[in-house]
Amino acid sequence: MSTLTMKNLQKKYPNGYEAVPGLDLHVDDGEFLVLVGPSGCGKSTVLRMVAGLEDISGGDLLIDDVVVNDRGPQQRDIAMVFQSYALYPNMTVEGNIAFAMKLRKTDKDVIKAKVAEVAELLELTAVLDRKPGQLSGGQRQRVAMGRAIVREPKLFLMDEPLSNLDAKLRVQTRAEIAKLQRRLGVTTMYVTHDQVEAMTMGDRVAVLRRGILMQCASPAQLYEAPDNLFVAQFIGSPSMNVLRGKVSSAGDEGIALELAGQTITLTGASAQRLAGLAAYVGQEIAIGMRPEAIGGDGTATIDIDVDLVEMLGSEKLVHATMGAPSVRSTDTAIETGSGNESTVVASLDPRREIRVGERVTLTLDTLRLHAFDLSTGAAIGRSTS
Amino acid sequence: MGDIFSSLALVVVGIAIFVAVLGALYWLASQLPEPWRERARTAVFIGPGIILLLGLVIPALLNFRFSFLDRDEEWYGFGNYRDIFTNDNNIKVLANTLWWGILVTGVSTVIGITIARFADRMRGEPFAKALIFLPTAISMVGAGIIWNFVYSPKEYGLLNSMLRLLPGEQETKFFLQDPKLFGIQSNYVPGLNTILIMVVIIWIQAGFATVVISAALKGVPDDLVEAAKIDGATDRQAFYKVVLPYIKGTIITVATTVVIAVLKIFDIIQTMGKGGSFGTSTMANEMYEQAFPQDNEGLGAAWAVLLFVAVAPIVFVNARNQRAMREGR
Repeated sequence: MSTLTMKNLQKKYPNGYEAVPGLDLHVDDGEFLVLVGPSGCGKSTVLRMVAGLEDISGGDLLIDDVVVNDRGPQQRDIAMVFQSYALYPNMTVEGNIAFAMKLRKTDKDVIKAKVAEVAELLELTAVLDRKPGQLSGGQRQRVAMGRAIVREPKLFLMDEPLSNLDAKLRVQTRAEIAKLQRRLGVTTMYVTHDQVEAMTMGDRVAVLRRGILMQCASPAQLYEAPDNLFVAQFIGSPSMNVLRGKVSSAGDEGIALELAGQTITLTGASAQRLAGLAAYVGQEIAIGMRPEAIGGDGTATIDIDVDLVEMLGSEKLVHATMGAPSVRSTDTAIETGSGNESTVVASLDPRREIRVGERVTLTLDTLRLHAFDLSTGAAIGRSTS
Repeated sequence: MGDIFSSLALVVVGIAIFVAVLGALYWLASQLPEPWRERARTAVFIGPGIILLLGLVIPALLNFRFSFLDRDEEWYGFGNYRDIFTNDNNIKVLANTLWWGILVTGVSTVIGITIARFADRMRGEPFAKALIFLPTAISMVGAGIIWNFVYSPKEYGLLNSMLRLLPGEQETKFFLQDPKLFGIQSNYVPGLNTILIMVVIIWIQAGFATVVISAALKGVPDDLVEAAKIDGATDRQAFYKVVLPYIKGTIITVATTVVIAVLKIFDIIQTMGKGGSFGTSTMANEMYEQAFPQDNEGLGAAWAVLLFVAVAPIVFVNARNQRAMREGR
């Protein structure tokens, strides 16, 4: 079993473009780390550097505490599942799974036994003598997995292995891969742009933006305590509502926030959580509310104008207007929406009656309120750090 | 000049008449009621093809009949065929053609694969490929004349000049008149002259092979090679075990195209082998030599039939390969 460590890992292209300016990341033995970010954030580049398919421009890559920068993909003892699966079209399923072992001149009986074992595990026994062209998408995906696990490598690398499956199969396969990884206990790095995949599969999730690590933490931590506005808005669906507000006062009696002409008062634990706001009195900040923080338990209230109600069965999504500009963390900057209005989404109990066009007063769970610095996007927490 | 223009004008008028007749027929067909309309339209388009095909089939059948006649156009049965397979000169022709098919096809394809592989993603690749492809554009007669200069025993003969640079006394070699190979002269062994003529065709066909195979190589997904490397394959193993099988269809297409061209090899034998002298003759050359200069139409026709029999299975393989490629592996 193995660990993977990146120390100031860099990727610069000859044209001067810095895909990865310097990444520090550690994957523990047996851990499932998901690398997530919008397209072009450098996540695949990082994965390809780990695989040895892309040259490393600077820094160190260590597998089991050994620097492997200069080793080719053949010498790193890793297995990779490609987005396209990259199955060898001229070989049967058996040939595909056995290819790596054949190259290593493994004993024929051993190969046969191992292929049979893996095929059994992945329910591929019936199709072992078919060619990839004759398989369904799900089967191809499993062959790609089989090719990886049969090797018992030090590392699994997966590059968006589910993106070519239909939605239903994706959910099912997602769970299967996660289960399989836990069972085999192989250290895994998984790249995806889909935050749902990241949240459901990873022991830890690393969020990348333009090659820079924004946060690496457990899914729960990313969701509950994002380090910055980018992570806050990237993780979660529907994404966090972030509006421009103001800190009116902060003192022993609590913190008063002004949002869309309404005052929200934080007291007790809610105020302690965001004690750092004291440094922002009189200044504008970004206030973040998850859809489910609105309309549930809560001490404060906000008024919203309902524009649209989406009934999803398990929840009711209410799209409403609030009188404050929205704030968005884009790939490059923090942008404030034009105009003085923005749409917020609240996730409500499906049994609750809400009519379009109404102005309703909803509770706000102040324990789940987030605050961000408008210029840096950094989360404001207990202290002003 | 005037001649050229009047010829051009004739060509244009001819094409215009052809298009006009077809267009008129098509228009007429379109006026018919269904279900006749669609059938008539189909006939309009297929018709000229069928007429052309008849123009091929009828002479072919006549030729087949001819192959059973002797020099004096008397019935000769299978005599011509017997002569081909028993006469020493004719066996030499058969063996030569076989060697042509094997050596030129094999070497051209291998050179094509090798150059395509190593030139791929090299700097200046397009320029290099253009240079390699250039000979393909040269007519065989032109190529024959160029290479005659190379092999010539005269002062300007390039190969002889190069040999003269070697130390010691070098006698002038008559390369294209040397029917021996390493001192062996046999009906079943191609002579040095044949080998040297083959070089010219390899020079021509390798360019074609390189360009086609190079295009196929660019169609191999990068993922596939990367997956092989991660599976532990060296560059070499990845190429032979993954890339080559992936472009197998293209390689078969190239090989069958070259083999068909080579089996019909004729003009180069005429220009470089002096019409098949010194044991350089091939089937297509013999077909012409017997039918026309030797005035033995029956034997010439028999060679033509054999040539057809030799090419037909290759065309079949090619067609099946094309279908397999279309249907995806």
